Amino acid sequence: MSSVNLTMAIVLGGLYATGFYLLLQRSLMRVLLGIVILGHGANLLLQQAGGAPAGRPPMLGEAPVRLMSDPLPQAMALTAIVITFALTTFLLALAYRAWQLLGHDEVQDDVEDRRIRRLESELAEGESAENEQELDSEATR
Amino acid sequence: MSVLVAIPVLLPLGAAGLSMAFGRFADVQRWLGLLVLGVIVVDATVLLYIADAHAPLVLYLGGWAAPVGIALVADRLAALLLLISVVVMFAVLLYSIGQRITDYGRGTSSTTFHPIYLVLCAGVSLAYLTGDLFNLFVAFEIMLSASYVLITRRTTANRVRAGMTYTIVSLSSSVLFLTLIGLVYSATGTVNLADLAGETEKLPQAPATALALLMVIVFGVKSAMVPLHFWLPDSYPNAPAPITAIFAALLTKVGIYAMIRTQILVFDRGPSWRLMLVLALATMLVGALGALAQNDLNRLLSFLLVSHIGFMLFGLGVYDVAGLTGVILYIVHHITVQAALFLVSGLVTRYTGTVALSRMGGLVRISPLVAVLFALPALSLAGVPPFSGFVAKLALLQSGIGVGTGWAYAAAAGAVLTSLLTLYAVARVWTRVFWGRTRPPEGDPDPTDELVVGTGDTSRAMVHATGVLVCATVLVAVLAGPLAAVSERAAEDLISGEAYRTAVLEGGGVGG
Amino acid sequence: MTEHEHREKSGGPSSTESWFRSDAPAERWLLSGYSRDSRERTILLELVVRVLFPTVIVFSLYLLFAGHSRSGGGFSGGLVAGQAFVLRYLAGGRLDDSSTFSMRPPVLIGVGLTIAVLMGFLPVLFGGLVLESGTFAFTAPLLGKIKIASNLFLDVGVYLLIIGVVLDLLRTLGSGVEADIAASGEERR
Repeated sequence: MSSVNLTMAIVLGGLYATGFYLLLQRSLMRVLLGIVILGHGANLLLQQAGGAPAGRPPMLGEAPVRLMSDPLPQAMALTAIVITFALTTFLLALAYRAWQLLGHDEVQDDVEDRRIRRLESELAEGESAENEQELDSEATR
Repeated sequence: MSVLVAIPVLLPLGAAGLSMAFGRFADVQRWLGLLVLGVIVVDATVLLYIADAHAPLVLYLGGWAAPVGIALVADRLAALLLLISVVVMFAVLLYSIGQRITDYGRGTSSTTFHPIYLVLCAGVSLAYLTGDLFNLFVAFEIMLSASYVLITRRTTANRVRAGMTYTIVSLSSSVLFLTLIGLVYSATGTVNLADLAGETEKLPQAPATALALLMVIVFGVKSAMVPLHFWLPDSYPNAPAPITAIFAALLTKVGIYAMIRTQILVFDRGPSWRLMLVLALATMLVGALGALAQNDLNRLLSFLLVSHIGFMLFGLGVYDVAGLTGVILYIVHHITVQAALFLVSGLVTRYTGTVALSRMGGLVRISPLVAVLFALPALSLAGVPPFSGFVAKLALLQSGIGVGTGWAYAAAAGAVLTSLLTLYAVARVWTRVFWGRTRPPEGDPDPTDELVVGTGDTSRAMVHATGVLVCATVLVAVLAGPLAAVSERAAEDLISGEAYRTAVLEGGGVGG
Repeated sequence: MTEHEHREKSGGPSSTESWFRSDAPAERWLLSGYSRDSRERTILLELVVRVLFPTVIVFSLYLLFAGHSRSGGGFSGGLVAGQAFVLRYLAGGRLDDSSTFSMRPPVLIGVGLTIAVLMGFLPVLFGGLVLESGTFAFTAPLLGKIKIASNLFLDVGVYLLIIGVVLDLLRTLGSGVEADIAASGEERR
């Protein structure tokens, strides 16, 4: 096991922290950016996993084998980048669709959360459940 | 011969391409899908036979040998689960065609459903067959991206919301998975599962534990383990019935499969894994109690799904041959039963026009057949004696008591309690849906949406497909003896890991 | 925008606008001075793209063929070719109908995927393993020795697939969204 480059470790930490922070936001656009940044972080991690960064390109005949960098993490990172790219476009389309249908792209609370919150407010006010029907129809839509 | 292992992965992919190219011809797409899935059913049967009678069938893709190249491995466990999964996929495809959700809108043809469904099939097959951690990630991504499209197809406002939750949660777990792969590679220098088994033994205790826990989290999200289950009951019920059925039956099970495969093959651990037993207990109880609070039929079934994931985790927590035999039996049973229940829920919706239990009733007089189709898998899910669930639950409970630690007893007690709660939940569905006052079907609130369609009739293909699956659940019960024997041999393979390692690393498998 | 409004905006200098147009060219630079569609265009970009498009496509083909033993391959080649189409879309917008050849993107994706998978299975017929690759070389007159790796054909499938994906993206997220916006704009008006 080789030790990790400190700069890269800090950059990794920054990318992961930023990514997860954005992931916790309400707007799907920010979530999307969070996923992208997290993806970059993960890919950088894969690169770092290959060990010494200063290698020659792993192409047969370009350099002696012992000078080449490990090609496996690079192949994995490339695959992962492709997958992230595809899913980013999907999320973009989803965000656009949400904006079209809802007028915003905010991630909303799930039905269970809203039900519990309403139950709480009802208990506080002592009122009868009059919009249970409404939530049912929402859940069944 | 080794090409047999590649067929379940590559054939649906190629067929998806053809299906996409023939997007204008709905009939071609239908027959192509059914044909391909039929071929894979046959292929999976052959794979299971070879794996059980001889040795795991191994294919090195492109001829690159194991630790570096990618190996596809069909051992007993993978082949068995593949067979069951493909049978379910076949039945659900038939049902989807019957429900006409494969069409785009009403009257026009779709280009997306069939290709995406086939891609989903390829992803599921690859996840079962792959012998490589990174390839497992790719399999998950293939499978999940297909599922993102299926769950948000023909989007309504509510489905966009559900799809967002589902997509974001899955993507975050995928990023964690990628992180895991990076860490595993830097710690051990390999991502081949068989090779990892030897390498992790050399690791110090702390990093090995960290890697194992990260794996639990990653696959815990995928398999809806409490406390990482919250996305499932929120997203699954919003898809059309057959799509929910296929997700519920397969996607979570693939997560469980990955968890079993990685934990047992890669990490060396004695019997009775306390953490997993605690998580299993929580999963069982939270799921079952959540189900009791629901008024929506599909949400209720989704919570039951979470609860029964707990049973599988319980067997994994026991961590010996008996426990794993129970898990494998349980997965086989649960894949068929859960899919059948969601399909029946789709049939019920046809008659009632709603999924709210409080607005249904008297269905047993309108359609006794649907009542029977519901009763068999429901009783099986609750583990009532002659049915398949009973055999699997019995095996799990015996193994749990056999271990004899405090947490194993607690989990076993929790399992019994959960079975009773499940029985209560399905009995509640029965009294609400099938007994009581007959109600006229509610109108279709959104004619462009196929989720709620109180047309009052069902197409023959839907009923047949459901019938096929219900028969499969009965068959699982009838064949419990041979299935238990195969499961036990698979569990022994898992625990020793020797067959898998020699097959992959030393070319001891069939094929090559 | 109606024809009339358009002419008013781009036509002869009014008193308030003349200052801004002091450096406008006195003669026509392009042969046809007017166009039938009235949207805003960037002529410079359109011209550059017209020159660049074939070059980029040829480069993408180079990447496709070089992929066996050097950097490149079906995926990156396909992406570069896709970029050529993106450029054309940026210049021409959704109303660009200058192409003489049309294929629906899903069909392109489907054909590409099918080719790739078939080529994966092909070695099995020759007794090899799935996805195995072999090379065969021959000498052609004028060109000299030519070596072809069998996975080139798989790469061709990937190449088509990726171009199809990019085109489909342009169609749905590009012109699809643009059409939606145009439609909603008309409704509002």
